[in-house]
Amino acid sequence: MSEEKPVTRRSLLMGIGIAFNAIVGVAIAVPVIGYLLSPVKKKDAYNQWISLGKLDQFPEGQTRLADFVNPFKRAQDGETANTPCWVRRLSADKFQVFAINCAHLGCPVRWFPQSELFMCPCHGGVYYADGSRASGPPERGMFTYDYKIVNGELHINAGLMPTLADQAKLVSIVGKGKSPCLG
Amino acid sequence: MSRIKRLYNWFEMRLQLEGPIKDAALHPVPKNTASWFYVFGSAATTLLILQIVTGILLAIVYVPSGSEAWQSLQELNNHLYLGWFLRAMHGWGSNFMVAVVLIHMCQVFTFGAYKYPRELTWILGVFMLLMTLGMAFTGQVLRFDQDAYWGLGIGASIASRVPVVGGPLVNLLLGGPMIAGATLSRFFALHVFVIPGILLLFTATHIWMVIKLGINDWPMPGRIVRRDTYLKEYHELAHKDGVPFVPDALWKDLFFSAAVLAAVALCAFVLGPIGPGGQPDPTIIDTVPKPDFFFLWLYAVLAYLPPSLETPFILIVPVLGICALVALPLLAGEGEKSWHRRPVAILLLVTIAVSLGIFTHLGTFTPWSPIMDAWSGDPVPPKMIHDVSPLERQGAVVFQAKQCRNCHSIGGSGGMRGPALDDVALRLTEDQLIRQVLQGGGNMPAYGKNLSPSETTALVRFLETMKPPGHQPAVDATQQEQKASAQQP
Repeated sequence: MSEEKPVTRRSLLMGIGIAFNAIVGVAIAVPVIGYLLSPVKKKDAYNQWISLGKLDQFPEGQTRLADFVNPFKRAQDGETANTPCWVRRLSADKFQVFAINCAHLGCPVRWFPQSELFMCPCHGGVYYADGSRASGPPERGMFTYDYKIVNGELHINAGLMPTLADQAKLVSIVGKGKSPCLG
Repeated sequence: MSRIKRLYNWFEMRLQLEGPIKDAALHPVPKNTASWFYVFGSAATTLLILQIVTGILLAIVYVPSGSEAWQSLQELNNHLYLGWFLRAMHGWGSNFMVAVVLIHMCQVFTFGAYKYPRELTWILGVFMLLMTLGMAFTGQVLRFDQDAYWGLGIGASIASRVPVVGGPLVNLLLGGPMIAGATLSRFFALHVFVIPGILLLFTATHIWMVIKLGINDWPMPGRIVRRDTYLKEYHELAHKDGVPFVPDALWKDLFFSAAVLAAVALCAFVLGPIGPGGQPDPTIIDTVPKPDFFFLWLYAVLAYLPPSLETPFILIVPVLGICALVALPLLAGEGEKSWHRRPVAILLLVTIAVSLGIFTHLGTFTPWSPIMDAWSGDPVPPKMIHDVSPLERQGAVVFQAKQCRNCHSIGGSGGMRGPALDDVALRLTEDQLIRQVLQGGGNMPAYGKNLSPSETTALVRFLETMKPPGHQPAVDATQQEQKASAQQP
């Protein structure tokens, strides 16, 4: 392997040619990495305060389905920009706003007012009315949105699809899956 | 004739392809490899070509836009001449391709074809399998319906479990903060340009190596593969007891490929195009998302993993699996090829195949999922409430109204998440029933908060009637003992 090749003018020029291509290639390609990574943003960059409408459409003590248009909507999104969520009104100014996405793998959970349970159709995750885990594969309670009340309307801070990665607020899991007497 | 010959010569003089093509076509292969077991690779290639042709024909009409994709599929299905058939061919072609690629892999594994000198052919094949599955998943996304939408949600949720970079990965996968137009566009690029481009390149290299290294000889017990002697042995086998690849071996490939194409066309014609399902409107939440057939096993595994094991399992097992497949020819590149002398390998293959089969079967009827409309859709069988008291009948009403039926079947209908309750009175005493209903446990939610005492009493009374006629209900032996001893003077 130690066989040494003499450096000729042509082999040197070819080496410089390769290096020249490499430099130009890198100079063009590196900014393109930024193009590819452009969807990666902090949660705050995607989330905005959005109105879910007047407070009086959410009766006290009940859980209702609401939907909002994602603040990041683009023309080609069509109906996929509409996002549903569950609004539970505890008292006049106390709410819980749950993401539609199951904390297990993101499927749409459904509310059953009769048994006061959220059930997921995919892998059988079940949550109590307060969003805490009742049974099934989810390892935590439902994801919640931050909310505030502005001029008689319920606003939530939303935009980014809630997943385990964005550290959506943990619902109180006191007595999860155990006796309701504990909760 | 001579004019045609002259025309041929004009092109051949400039292209100079005759030599290499003749070499490839007429290279000798061992006689016993001209077998019906050696037809799956060429069938997979035929299906790949079918997918490319039908894919291009669909791309003429399909609109990769979140707001219009679903509509353009309706157009293909319902308004364009043969649009439905091309969609059906592409969809069923995809199912067949996954199946044929898997069969090809099993055959190659069973015949020890991954051993020296064909290690790289196998390793490339592993990545071709992954890309075939990648095509299947991205293709399901392009069928932009509810299943595609929520399937992406599952994909994003899995990506979010990756430590540290989970959040950025979700953004990269979705092309933004949510499943929307940008997501479809990037999956379109993957499905139409990126993965097929690499897959074609890999396929060409894979076939090149098969031609250059020769097709794997039929395994004979006792004919051991050794690095220093194999090439010479194979050369002798191919030349002394060999046949030219064309036509002696190829005719079987041709017959099988044509049969597979005919089978795809028949499925397409009889069963029609696959979807699209409901429109991709996330506010329609009355949906039961399900992946396509070849990912049902994964869907089932995700339902059965204990929560604490799920993230490590999802993130580590696929990596280990791929590493094992890649390492296989490097670690076991020599030795016996015959299945008669490789019991561990064959048992492993059978175990994996049976496991995948069982999980896929479970995935077709998802016993772990509550049946969302069982409580309102499946009536209590009349014979169960025929000769019962009003309180017990009220219990049956509670049973339905509180959605117990979504997870528990009675009379053969209802969910399978929890046990069937037809003979629950034989298994649980009154006290145990009350405890189970109020406190839950064993994967059952606690109902203490939303059952009134009278509802609980009625429900438990109803459950106590749930036993086959002529059987005694479960009793608490200690309570009976106490009762008996209290009565004694």
